[in-house]
Amino acid sequence: MKNRLKVLRAERDWTQAQLASALEVSRQTINAIEKGKFAPSLPLAFKAARLFNLAIEDIFQDEVETV
Amino acid sequence: MSKQECENNSYQSKNNANTITLRNWTFAWVITMAIAAFAPKFIWDFNTALTITAMLINLAVGFRMLIANRTYLRDLDEMQQKILLEAMALALGVGLVVGLSYELLEDIKLITYQPEIPHVVILMGITYLIAVFSGYRKYQ
Repeated sequence: MKNRLKVLRAERDWTQAQLASALEVSRQTINAIEKGKFAPSLPLAFKAARLFNLAIEDIFQDEVETV
Repeated sequence: MSKQECENNSYQSKNNANTITLRNWTFAWVITMAIAAFAPKFIWDFNTALTITAMLINLAVGFRMLIANRTYLRDLDEMQQKILLEAMALALGVGLVVGLSYELLEDIKLITYQPEIPHVVILMGITYLIAVFSGYRKYQ
């Protein structure tokens, strides 16, 4: 799963620790999500969407090509 | 978001508090285990009432440690829960498979000494630590 978390975070000049604080997860988890190594749960994705005031699909995209 | 807000991270502070609680109950459990194991022989000369009391206290503290561990696990974030769940599954699997084979070794006369439970516990502990370490590395 691809995501724009790093870009969105950089646009707001937030550190990983600050984003982790806002989403109530560990900094390691933010790092893993940004690198695409860990796919967040739906509740966490919704939380990120609320934080950035965006739709989930504006932040997270499935890498599987749709027909 | 300020640095102050970051430092007041409720997740981090809750996690730290849970870690300290779990550490304290684990320490208490080890102490009560040592008392239950050694005090009957070295302190109260196998007095039955005192030995049963020590055992009951050890069990009670052990259950309280389990509750502290459950709280610790529940309050972790989803990635950390996943890492620890996989580590626990691996440790349990290794303990079961190797433990039973190890126990069998004496029955089929491949070893001459009595297999001990602590050996399996040590193996499970080491397996768990390695699995947690490699789990965190996997998501780095």
